[in-house]
Amino acid sequence: MKMKSILLGSALGAFVAGAAVAESITVVSWGGAYTKSQVEAYHKPWIASTGNQIVSEDYNGGLAEVKAQVEAGNVTWDVVDVEFSDAVRGCDEGLLEEIDHSILPAGADGTPAVDDFIEGALPDCAVANIVWSTVFAYDTSKTSGVSGIADLFDTAKFPGKRGLRKNPKSLLEMALMADGVPAADVYEVLGTDEGVDRAFAKLDTIKDDVVWWEAGAQPPQLLADGEVVMTTAYNGRIFNAVASEGQPFEVNWDGQILDFDLWVIPKGAKNMEAALDFISFSTDTQRLADQASWISYGPARKSSGPLVGKFHDGTVEMGPHMPTAADNLGNALVNNFEFWADNQDELNERFNAWLAG
Amino acid sequence: MNTNITAADGTPLKRKLAQALFKSRLRAFGLVAPLLAFILASFILPIVLLLWNSVHDPRYSELMPMSTEALKSWDGASEPSEEMYAAMVADLVVARENKTIGQVATRVNRELSGARSLFTSSARKAKKLEAPFKDALIDVKDDWADIEVWKAVKVASRAYTPAYVAAALDRKLLADGTIIQQDEERRIHIKLFLRTLEISFVVTLACLVLGYPIAYLLSTLPLRTSNLLLILVLLPFWTSLLVRTTSWIAMLQAQGVMNDLFVAFGVTTDDQRFSLIYNKTGTLIAMVHILLPFMILPLYSVMKTIPPSYVRAAKSMGATNWTAFWRIYFPQSVPGIGAGALLVFILAIGYYITPALVGGQDGQMISNIIDFHMRRSLNWNLAAALGLVLLIFVLFLFWIYDRIVGIDNMKLG
Repeated sequence: MKMKSILLGSALGAFVAGAAVAESITVVSWGGAYTKSQVEAYHKPWIASTGNQIVSEDYNGGLAEVKAQVEAGNVTWDVVDVEFSDAVRGCDEGLLEEIDHSILPAGADGTPAVDDFIEGALPDCAVANIVWSTVFAYDTSKTSGVSGIADLFDTAKFPGKRGLRKNPKSLLEMALMADGVPAADVYEVLGTDEGVDRAFAKLDTIKDDVVWWEAGAQPPQLLADGEVVMTTAYNGRIFNAVASEGQPFEVNWDGQILDFDLWVIPKGAKNMEAALDFISFSTDTQRLADQASWISYGPARKSSGPLVGKFHDGTVEMGPHMPTAADNLGNALVNNFEFWADNQDELNERFNAWLAG
Repeated sequence: MNTNITAADGTPLKRKLAQALFKSRLRAFGLVAPLLAFILASFILPIVLLLWNSVHDPRYSELMPMSTEALKSWDGASEPSEEMYAAMVADLVVARENKTIGQVATRVNRELSGARSLFTSSARKAKKLEAPFKDALIDVKDDWADIEVWKAVKVASRAYTPAYVAAALDRKLLADGTIIQQDEERRIHIKLFLRTLEISFVVTLACLVLGYPIAYLLSTLPLRTSNLLLILVLLPFWTSLLVRTTSWIAMLQAQGVMNDLFVAFGVTTDDQRFSLIYNKTGTLIAMVHILLPFMILPLYSVMKTIPPSYVRAAKSMGATNWTAFWRIYFPQSVPGIGAGALLVFILAIGYYITPALVGGQDGQMISNIIDFHMRRSLNWNLAAALGLVLLIFVLFLFWIYDRIVGIDNMKLG
């Protein structure tokens, strides 16, 4: 009896999936509230509609695991959620499969996928799913009257420790914006030696007051513990601390730096077909809009924007909390991956030397 | 009197003995062979292969063979020739077709920032270029007229290269083969090697000072009490490293237990809390705590074997407490100190998780930079070079240690 129903179930599953054999793929992402939003919006509907299985794993960013798997010829990951710079570098170094973007479904309004995605969201080896941003945030019960990015670097006006991500990317840009460089000119200034010196000089002014963080879950914790007065953070993490845990945190959008997160497939992944199917399924208009009801990251498709509704508990309207909301884009910068691909070796080295000095 | 002694069957005794010894040696080798093979395959070989990366990087020379050949005869200073440009264009075309241009560009970019986009964008147009290639390539991007680009390419084109080991020592390999010091603001590795050494020494010393009395107490107390105390030493030893490190964060942070106590007892005021974590202090405190059992256990096992009657005998012959300790007891405990100190020092020098979590900016060690290059920058060659330098450094210290203390004069239990 039991056997029969299992057989029947899998036969039905196979029928729905277009007579495909059920497969299992490993999807790797950043963990926490972010992975949860993907499980709810992408994984569950995909499993329901294809009958396939997903093994969800967490990692902490970077391409080391992918590189190790590819070079050892034993690729166990099928789909990985990476940052833009890693998508580009992984593609350059031949660690990722190229993805044919014509397999992606058209938007709900009929716009072809290549036009529906935000510009730059479809590099050769990847498909973007969300737009996130690096912002700075503070605890409203302890700090008030914050006007903009300059205050993050002003320990005279707001005494106390600052939380900063231990990475020159985004940090140097923020330092320049705090020093009065308009967002539009940031990369031009940072491209010169004087500009880099200027950014580091600005960082010097708060060097003794910094608590460095690396994992996205740390900044809300540092704020909650009162360990820092202000901190840079990924906007979604702060939103979730506010919406789910009722923390009195506030995001200041001045000088925010927008970035993509993207799906990639490691070279030689064992379940190529299912992986591609998962990517095109999870990045369709509805799925991307659904994800925004679990975490405040903007969908990478234009057609998803109007479908974004309330937080999943039905209390908070998500629109104003998106990095891409018009009110939040006043002084915003889009991360320039070309600049970082060209300069990261040198700037990382200098940043590490500056830190150790 | 040079008559050969023979065995019962008439063969010379010397040969017979050698045969018997050979057999027993063979048997002994047979017994350790599985372990030897295992260590070779799972430990020595991977280390050698990874360290090999520190001097061998064939990416450019394999993927761009023509320009590598053309650059061999270039002196690294004169005006680049038309053949070099022609070979470069031909290589770019092939690399673009094989989709290997990204790897090439990444390699050259390590030598010269900005070379990545120069290579990828030029490769896109390389196929349409016609002779003379020098003008054509400069037309695509005028950076190609810059001799610095060619110098960077020449450095990158060496398959066997000292560039990474040089970089690990804050040096820079130039196109003409000379090695100079890195720009001051990019020097970091030597500073970190020295800091790693300093932290390891301080941790070892602190463990010795803190661990010696405890071990002495353990070895002299009655068995029941000492067993109980030993469990208190072992309990944290069995707890996960990560758990212990994070509990130190809860203890030492600005709003943590220690600072709350300091404020409560008036040692400091609420707005002047001590920075005990996310700096070198935090690294030292957490590392000493975590490594302490590695000092106490060998000390304890050695002290347990020192007969108390020796010290009593010394005292009965008129030695003061201090003399009896220093002349009689201490020398007998040296093998334990030797073992404990070496164990703690070697563990400390490669320490990684604790400084990463509580080290902040001035508590980072060389292993954290190796981790950075393994995981973040993907510059495994430099990571291997740093590992090589660290290995040689540790072997050197080991040698000095052997000369001063003596490896034989060490007892683990």
